[in-house]
Amino acid sequence: MDIVVENLTKKYGAQRAVDNISFRVKTGEILGFLGPNGAGKTTTMKAITTYLTPNEGNIYVGDYSIYEQPDEIKKNIGYLPENNPLYSDMPVIDYLKFVAELQGIEKSKIKEKILEMINVCGLEGEKHKKIGELSKGYQQRVGLAQTLIHDPDVLILDEPTVGLDPNQIVEIRELIKKIGREKTVLLSSHILAEVEATCDRILIINKGKIVADGTSKDLRKQSEGKEILKIKIEEGDKNDIFKALQEVETVGVVDFVTGEDNSFEIQSKPELSSRKSIFKLCVDKGWYLTEMTPVETKLEDVFRELTMN
Amino acid sequence: MRAIWTISKRELQSFFDSLIAYIMLIAFLGFSGFFTWLFGSDVFFVKQASLQSFFSIAYWTLFFFIPALTMRLFAEENRSGTIELLLTKPVNDWQVVIGKFLSTFILILIALALTLPYYITVANLGPIDHGAVWSGYLGLILISAAYISIGIFTSSISNNQIVSYLLALFIGIFFQIIFSMLSSNFSGFLGEMLSYLSVSTHFDSISRGVIDSKDLIFFLSLIFLGLILTEVNLAKKRL
Repeated sequence: MDIVVENLTKKYGAQRAVDNISFRVKTGEILGFLGPNGAGKTTTMKAITTYLTPNEGNIYVGDYSIYEQPDEIKKNIGYLPENNPLYSDMPVIDYLKFVAELQGIEKSKIKEKILEMINVCGLEGEKHKKIGELSKGYQQRVGLAQTLIHDPDVLILDEPTVGLDPNQIVEIRELIKKIGREKTVLLSSHILAEVEATCDRILIINKGKIVADGTSKDLRKQSEGKEILKIKIEEGDKNDIFKALQEVETVGVVDFVTGEDNSFEIQSKPELSSRKSIFKLCVDKGWYLTEMTPVETKLEDVFRELTMN
Repeated sequence: MRAIWTISKRELQSFFDSLIAYIMLIAFLGFSGFFTWLFGSDVFFVKQASLQSFFSIAYWTLFFFIPALTMRLFAEENRSGTIELLLTKPVNDWQVVIGKFLSTFILILIALALTLPYYITVANLGPIDHGAVWSGYLGLILISAAYISIGIFTSSISNNQIVSYLLALFIGIFFQIIFSMLSSNFSGFLGEMLSYLSVSTHFDSISRGVIDSKDLIFFLSLIFLGLILTEVNLAKKRL
């Protein structure tokens, strides 16, 4: 089931939380939804789950529209809201039974389904405890179990790994990846590494608008495609070197690396490489070039660049 | 239907798990029993085989207890955010509202059923007007339903249980006593209007054994008004 968002606009008062965005998530794809706090990620997700009614635009999940067949959409979606709200006074097993019944799973299959979820999510030892007594990580697993219990085609996960320890984060990621092969997954996060590790495609949203869309590789490239080098030249006056570097034709910007003597960060002009010319320069001047490393544009930088202004 | 029952069952379970149900049942039976049998204008004081004293005390105990049961229903879900989970399951707002209404209603029915021994005992003490007793119970059931529906409404507009409890009492007290007090100060249409809005007017006539469609319509409209406003409130959150 594909998710198709068409010209979605959602206003809170005069503020446009989501401003005319359109995108599509294909079956079998894990789409990472990135953006600073308050960018409109959660609002968009809530609109897809039919919890919020948009001001403008339409959303289709499979062939169902949020206006025409909300119940069909709800049946096919597994939704893990932000902060993973749960009934803390209920035992895990009762809670899963409650969710299974609400999802309309046949009575005879409920038990089997619950046991399957307990297995998949590793809740065996905790199944009779009250949800409120569980640690954050186990609560998150209960949240995932209730999301998956009716075997939905579409998963909407709003910050699924918040508050987990690194081991649990890896586990949950693996789980999402495994499940995500046959399903359509929309996952939001502001942890970039997570999105990079889990998602096939990334969508960056800022102030209610989509500012970037593509694989993490695409996004890096898109970040102007400028080559950045870190070089270190021993001996020689750093101001002389600085000047000489600036005069190289292909070099755009030269910066001192703070805290390190005679180290420079060099950004080449778009689409050009200055490695050769820098090497030549050093040879000509008789400087010892002791380091030349390409600096990879981090997704963080892309993210900052796209969302800072 | 299944979804409604699933929701009711969960709420009932939660009433019993959290001991609220037991506390409520014991307090209700204790209060009403105390004033029916032991103190004030009790059965022995009145020297009549009648449950009138029980009905008038239940009239007030239910008024205070019901908001304490309903205050949690939506306020807690609003506070913890579980309302979002619930409403994104394949259920509609009405199923949620009615499910929660039924859970409290069933608990009240249990409480009232547990007072049937009073009826049996009093009936053994002397000749009792059976019709009046049953219509009295019907009156209590209708009042409870009306206050449950008001309580659910006030629970849905807040995420603080205390606020919803107090608000339910505030709204309830008008129907409970203020309208009837005011009605005696006004004559003509306004007086009649206020008297019609007063729960006690209708309860008195029902518990005397007279079941008039006027009274039934009053209670049913109060119940539906509360439930509709709750639904509107849930729907409003999505805008």
